Amino acid sequence: MLGLRHRGGCPGPGEVVALPPLEGEAAGGDHETESTSDKETDIDDRYGDLDSRIDSDIPEIPPSSDRTPEILKKALSGLSSRWKNWWIRGILTLTMISLFFLIIYMGSFMLMLLVLGIQVKCFHEIITIGYRVYHSYDLPWFRTLSWYFLLCVNYFFYGETVADYFATFVQREEQLQFLIRYHRFISFALYLAGFCMFVLSLVKKHCRLQFYMFAWTHVTLLIIVTQSHLVIQSLFEGMIWFLLPISSVICNDITAYLFGFFFGRTPLIKLSPKKTWEGFIGGFFSTVVFGFIAAYVLSKYQYFVCPVEYRSDVNSFVTECEPSELFQLQNYSLPPFLKAVLRQERVSLYPFQLHSIALSTFASLIGPFGGFFASGFKRAFKIKDFANTIPGHGGIMDRFDCQYLMATFVHVYIASFIRGPNPSKVLQQLLVLQPEHQLNIYKTLKIHLIEKGIL
Amino acid sequence: MPRSLISTWPQQGLILSSGRVPSLSGVGVLGSCASVLCAMVRLPRGRSGRGVWQAPAAILSFIVFIDFHRGHIGHPNNLPRQGVLSPLKTRAWRPVLRVTSVRAGPGPCFPGLVAASFCRKFSLTSPRLAVPQRSKLMNMFSMCHVSCGKEHGSQVLESFPILCGSCRRHSASFSQESESEAKVDGETASDSESRTESAPLPVPADDTPEVLNRALSNLSSRWKNWWVRGILTLAMIAFFFIIIYLGPMVLMIIVMCVQIKCFHEIITIGYNVYHSYDLPWFRTLSWYFLLCVNYFFYGETVTDYFFTLVQREEPLRILSKYHRFISFTLYLIGFCMFVLSLVKKHYRLQFYMFGWTHVTLLIVVTQSHLVIHNLFEGMIWFIVPISCVICNDIMAYMFGFFFGRTPLIKLSPKKTWEGFIGGFFATVVFGLLLSYVMSGYRCFVCPVEYNNDTNSFTVDCEPSDLFRLQEYNIPGVIQSVIGWKTVRMYPFQIHSIALSTFASLIGPFGGFFASGFKRAFKIKDFANTIPGHGGIMDRFDCQYLMATFVNVYIASFIRGPNPSKLIQQFLTLRPDQQLHIFNTLQSHLIDKGMLTSAIEDE
Repeated sequence: MLGLRHRGGCPGPGEVVALPPLEGEAAGGDHETESTSDKETDIDDRYGDLDSRIDSDIPEIPPSSDRTPEILKKALSGLSSRWKNWWIRGILTLTMISLFFLIIYMGSFMLMLLVLGIQVKCFHEIITIGYRVYHSYDLPWFRTLSWYFLLCVNYFFYGETVADYFATFVQREEQLQFLIRYHRFISFALYLAGFCMFVLSLVKKHCRLQFYMFAWTHVTLLIIVTQSHLVIQSLFEGMIWFLLPISSVICNDITAYLFGFFFGRTPLIKLSPKKTWEGFIGGFFSTVVFGFIAAYVLSKYQYFVCPVEYRSDVNSFVTECEPSELFQLQNYSLPPFLKAVLRQERVSLYPFQLHSIALSTFASLIGPFGGFFASGFKRAFKIKDFANTIPGHGGIMDRFDCQYLMATFVHVYIASFIRGPNPSKVLQQLLVLQPEHQLNIYKTLKIHLIEKGIL
Repeated sequence: MPRSLISTWPQQGLILSSGRVPSLSGVGVLGSCASVLCAMVRLPRGRSGRGVWQAPAAILSFIVFIDFHRGHIGHPNNLPRQGVLSPLKTRAWRPVLRVTSVRAGPGPCFPGLVAASFCRKFSLTSPRLAVPQRSKLMNMFSMCHVSCGKEHGSQVLESFPILCGSCRRHSASFSQESESEAKVDGETASDSESRTESAPLPVPADDTPEVLNRALSNLSSRWKNWWVRGILTLAMIAFFFIIIYLGPMVLMIIVMCVQIKCFHEIITIGYNVYHSYDLPWFRTLSWYFLLCVNYFFYGETVTDYFFTLVQREEPLRILSKYHRFISFTLYLIGFCMFVLSLVKKHYRLQFYMFGWTHVTLLIVVTQSHLVIHNLFEGMIWFIVPISCVICNDIMAYMFGFFFGRTPLIKLSPKKTWEGFIGGFFATVVFGLLLSYVMSGYRCFVCPVEYNNDTNSFTVDCEPSDLFRLQEYNIPGVIQSVIGWKTVRMYPFQIHSIALSTFASLIGPFGGFFASGFKRAFKIKDFANTIPGHGGIMDRFDCQYLMATFVNVYIASFIRGPNPSKLIQQFLTLRPDQQLHIFNTLQSHLIDKGMLTSAIEDE
């Protein structure tokens, strides 16, 4: 590595100075700078960093100032700091949950906007970290390009969603139809423009940093935008597929925190010293119970159960349907040992409740790995929180770190176990075919349906 | 000088290949294949019966070469293992070699050249070489010298001083040679020694075989590079043709191999950059992620295109039904492993490597997946874009070489505006011609489909409108110049203009991106798999944007969804959904006024 760095090319401006010729000297030089700047930094970290130059940048990220509202501070001034933190978090959690309920009440379109808003904010937070890490180098076009890529990718994904779920609406408008027909081409052209801009913006001085930032942007896009796209897709599948996973993760977060707070003894993983085995296990059981109950409650309402559909005659989203079998009560016979305990032969459940167990198991066992990943990331860049948007909680990204794997899981779960291809998508693809193909297919279908005795 | 070089093409192919023996056998084989091909091409033009002997001589030496190859793959300092043709047996070959060499001219001195490069690479500089082995090798060299030196003395000596030099050095029978040549020999020896002393994992230096360097030493470095690249380009193109001939399945495998090799090259760079830190699990995880992503994409392809096969086999059906779930689980395992492998010392580096792996996967694997999709759409969609990019590469290089004055972009100082523009026009013309030729053949035009009865891929269909000749009116301006009113073309040719325009205008940006990347990490090439060209990734950098473009182009302009695939999807739906779709389609068709006529027909 040292050899590589020495071989000329495009060194960063600070690199030449900061670059030690030998490993031994490196240790000495670094030690001095570190002892002055940050006592808490581990000596080990010096080896862990790619460039000592980047390393020296990290402390420059301003520590998040305490933005807790004044009133809360006064009210809580009598408590110890541990309890204070508890209260701040508690109150804001409640606020967020009630806000969430309000948005659910306002309907799926608002939810979609909320997801979009959160996604943009998360992207902003991560990009800001990257920008702070590298901003002293004044990379040309970096912010513009990042946001441009975000725009392109969102255009692509939201376009796909619109084409899928607003099919009837799109069919009506001539201009939209054009956009949909060439949607991929347009998005690709947009992306290509960004790509060429990036290549043209490469300057000799900073090219390695520029590539880091390119990768940074793309990994962020990969994680955040695709996930939020999947969230929206499962939202359209029926609001329950959106609400239950998300509330499972939130419930797991909260109960793991509570269990850890009250009973926590054994640390779980070195990455997050606050997480304990007790919290992990307690969180798991309470999440399963919570998911089971929430699934029972939510399954009753058509509003949550039915797929969201766009109706062109009323120009709005409707969620009305005959609930599928998944959401109709069925009798299950209990296994023998449960029979003895409950003294009941059978129990009537929604089949969805069984699926909810899978969802909440995932939320509580694998979901935290998203959190570990995020906290590893925060440690790597020596930040406490992604941002300080919400007092006591940190940035939006800190709250949603566990949600991200969940979105993909729900999507995959639906696709694998719940339903086959989307009928409206098949229909929409049928309608864009050429007339003679359509006629052919029509005849094939007719024969098929008559054979099956449906027609 | 160039003319004499042309006459020794076969040798050079082999020299190139032999020079590469220790690190990669495949390229060596490729090079020698090329040399055999070259010999075949020259056959009819051979003077006074010599040509007849060239092909067998080339093949023979090819065998000898392969034998050497088998013996010496591995670490450069490994002692040569015994090949099939041990020196004893080679002695038996000797009369055959001699006869062919006498009859065929300087052509079949390959074995000598092979031996020479070996002599340089392993044996003579390796102190570990035992005396008997050394003497066996010497036996080989002297034999080679006899076959190439005595008969055609001066000519060969001039072209390949190293061969004779090394023979001379280790064989008393040649001690009366002139002093100047001994000097040359001394230089080469010191060269090779310094090379063996260098680090075991050298940063790609100029890896052109020494022999070729010598042979081309009279030329300026500009011309030398030209020749090295030219010969290997031809070899690669020949290889490409063979693969195309072998059919879509082999092409698919090749795409996969190229993809894995590219991934390997990029990951190796990452590893070289960070390897002093000894990150835990890094290589394992990278390859594991590659495996997962490939499993996902290839699984999707298989379910799409082998639909009938999948339906027939029960285990496959389950795999394809839960395909996404399985791949996601696999990926999750990798993700959790990554999180658990995080160690305090290296957090940041580990995240960098995570990002590195993912961006590489994003670029390499998804693109190769798209390439395979294009391939199934019809081989022409695969071959025309790829050869357009290759043609543009070559043409831009040639134009730049001959007329280049104005530098194009700072990132690649060798690229010039003249090359860029010349490449553009040449590529458009090439694309038009190539698509005209290829549109005539069904095997290129038809989509590749899996045939259930014969259990193989078939490419047979009624060519679509795109591949049927049509009359086009020529615009007025050109009409007056050419004198024709209409021209008969395949509509695909018009699409090929779009493809070749993209290949020559936007494609190079992929190359600029790659060269920016190389500069950023201060490497000359991604690897040194192919001498004169660098790594596989260096050759495919411009292809990557192309694959996405072709895929998007087909989806947007050529066809909508595949009707037969739609019916397959339809059949997996529930009966009530099927009925709903059927009714909607019916009313749609009635609205358009198409169905009434159909009903009347019935």
